[in-house]
Amino acid sequence: MTTGVEGYMYPNEITLYWSVLIVLYPYITGLVAGAFILASLERVFRVEAVKPTYRLALLTALSFLLVAPLPLQLHLGHPERSLEMYFTPHRTSAMAMFGFVYLWYLMAVLTVEIWLDYRHDIVVMAQSSTGMKRWFYKVLTLGSNNISDRALAIDERVGWVITLIGIPSAFMLHGYVGFIFGSIKANPWWSSPMMPVVFIFSAMVSGIAAVMLLYMLVTRLRKQKIDMLCVDTIARYLFYMFIVDFSLEMLDLIHRIYEADESFRSLNFMVHTKLYFSQIVLQICIGTLVPIALLGLTQVLQLHEIVRKRIYVAAGCLTMMGIFAMRWNVVIGGQLFSKSFLGYTTYKMALVTREGLLMSIALTILPLFILWALVKLLPPWPKTAKGELPA
Amino acid sequence: MNISRRQMLILLPAAAVAWESILAGTPESSPNYKMTEHWWSMLIDIPKCIGCGNCVRACQAENDVPDGFFRTWVERYHVTDWNLENPEVISPDGGKEGFPSVTEDADGKYFFVPKLCNHCADSPCTQVCPVGATFIGPDGVVLVDQTYCLGCAYCVQACPYGCRYIHPQKKVADKCTLCYHRITKGLTTACCEACPTGARQLADLKNPKDPIHAFLKTHDVQILKPQMATGAKVFYNGLDGSVR
Amino acid sequence: MSVFKESGHLFRLAALYAVGTLTFLFIRGVLVPKSFGQYGHYRGNAITEIAAHPIHFAGHQACDTCHTDVQQLKQSGMHARVNCEGCHGPLAKHADDPSVQPAKLDTAKLCVRCHAASAAKPRGFPQVAALDHSNGLPCETCHKPHSPAISAGGAK
Repeated sequence: MTTGVEGYMYPNEITLYWSVLIVLYPYITGLVAGAFILASLERVFRVEAVKPTYRLALLTALSFLLVAPLPLQLHLGHPERSLEMYFTPHRTSAMAMFGFVYLWYLMAVLTVEIWLDYRHDIVVMAQSSTGMKRWFYKVLTLGSNNISDRALAIDERVGWVITLIGIPSAFMLHGYVGFIFGSIKANPWWSSPMMPVVFIFSAMVSGIAAVMLLYMLVTRLRKQKIDMLCVDTIARYLFYMFIVDFSLEMLDLIHRIYEADESFRSLNFMVHTKLYFSQIVLQICIGTLVPIALLGLTQVLQLHEIVRKRIYVAAGCLTMMGIFAMRWNVVIGGQLFSKSFLGYTTYKMALVTREGLLMSIALTILPLFILWALVKLLPPWPKTAKGELPA
Repeated sequence: MNISRRQMLILLPAAAVAWESILAGTPESSPNYKMTEHWWSMLIDIPKCIGCGNCVRACQAENDVPDGFFRTWVERYHVTDWNLENPEVISPDGGKEGFPSVTEDADGKYFFVPKLCNHCADSPCTQVCPVGATFIGPDGVVLVDQTYCLGCAYCVQACPYGCRYIHPQKKVADKCTLCYHRITKGLTTACCEACPTGARQLADLKNPKDPIHAFLKTHDVQILKPQMATGAKVFYNGLDGSVR
Repeated sequence: MSVFKESGHLFRLAALYAVGTLTFLFIRGVLVPKSFGQYGHYRGNAITEIAAHPIHFAGHQACDTCHTDVQQLKQSGMHARVNCEGCHGPLAKHADDPSVQPAKLDTAKLCVRCHAASAAKPRGFPQVAALDHSNGLPCETCHKPHSPAISAGGAK
């Protein structure tokens, strides 16, 4: 049992239990929270410019939210027992409470908000479509075809309230993910009250970047013109969020370096060796500093539309990668060092196992397929043929 | 062992009765085990540990511990006088087969530290379990309900001492039970039974006659990682400051 | 009230959720083990189940009931506090059924496990560099394991 161990690990620490799937889980949840907060910009804060992405952001949030529990489920030793989390939740466990926050967010916030927003379209489509589709929409109407102006006004009002509740819920959803790690006092790499805050801001960064990229991609696929005012606005928010996120992460880092507590020597060594590439190179340099610089350029210079678009795509992709690296460094990094601070183990990603690389790639792509299906069923944009806006 | 056939025939019925009563859980030493009347802990006397690995082997035999994982293990520390914060620690295969010899002229000091679950009173592992599959019983033993455990490994992450692992076949959390199936029948743990020097002593803090009370009064005793405030109940006599 | 009439779909949604919640509570009532919560937030029966695990080490009290002679011999020597199964291994099966014979021990391996010289061991503990000490002779040539001091037993 000396595979990949340097120095001394407690013997039970050599095997690492939270694999790449647990890296995906906060990553995907973060995209949900971020996408939702972007959507609520339009709804609650009346940022009209981002309106073209409102529905797309909601559907993105839903498709990622549906996938979010899958990596957790797959990594469990006994997935068939996972409902115990709902039947006998342990009140002192952050993980058990997350189950309820997740359910609340899925059932009480996201589904309801989408349903209310689409209800007019659903009723119309239930009457105009045929076959299986007709039945699908009919079920979604819940047997009520009331789309009078008064009813839709009520929906609008209730939807607004739900969005208002949704913002703290989105914060809670991802803040809780951060708390799952931040509350582990045994692990100095995780244990930090900053963890939920850093997770929320990095979630907003990754979610906003994801919706921006998806909007540009989808618009191109539909052979439509990209609304530059919209994309510019999203990019500006991305830039601001990123600066806040980066400042918080640096604050955490500087604090750790200056305090240099008993774990510092061990963690410092880890960051300079096993985590050097994923932390310093991928997360901080390529995944954070470069996109911030690129986005900063678009803020200070008057660049041509095509240049801006390319910069946004490049910055968005790097951001997505950088935030993934951040999740990786938190989850995997937190298990590479011994709690004796005397040694290090190695994480070897399997390829085709239940917790392997292929599975994680499949889980990353799956939300995109769900999104594709959702977009087919609930088109997020006005029907150009008829030239009328959805209510 | 030099027992004659005749002696054997006389002794057998008596032995059988004694042994059956042990198996039935009602030996004379603990009639009708009552959970609320015990608060189990362990005493480790470091100056007595010779690093033979008997406890590790006994634990694996008693509890069917899978290879490469440990409910108890023994570490050997090597501390040089100018390097207290950086001890050199080894535990080859958990110390199961003992340790390589050290020659007299080696610098610094050496000592052995047996480790096991600390059966913490405020245990971080039971705190984080999402479903109540691991818990501290009314008698102060931290146990895992392996028919209820999800295998999420959150408890493994939460244990500051590295005492938990996921059983590679059962796919559930596994750890020291303080030989719960033995101590509830009046026996001591397998590791204490097998320890040749008395370096490990099972102790019941609620039993006023337990020798632990006299020992704690007269010795300088420490627990592991007190800064973690886990309420650890494995007490170490003669613990060096370099041990973590 | 037209507000209620116009928001009928919302009541339908609320009813759907209420049915869902009730279904959940019903399934929960059926599936949660009966002994859950008996002593705390866990399955109370788990305690008795764990307590029923099989025993492998019989414990020295069980040995002493038959092997009184060995016990008396040990009592007077240096190994008085070394329990039988410390060297002989787990023997609950033998205690259960004395016809199950324990495996013969190899003293060449057994003795050095504890007594091989190492500066890491406590100073007062008897330890020898086996090769120099016995010149290759097996330990029991001079030391009787149950009472190891040479004066006490001599060669056996």
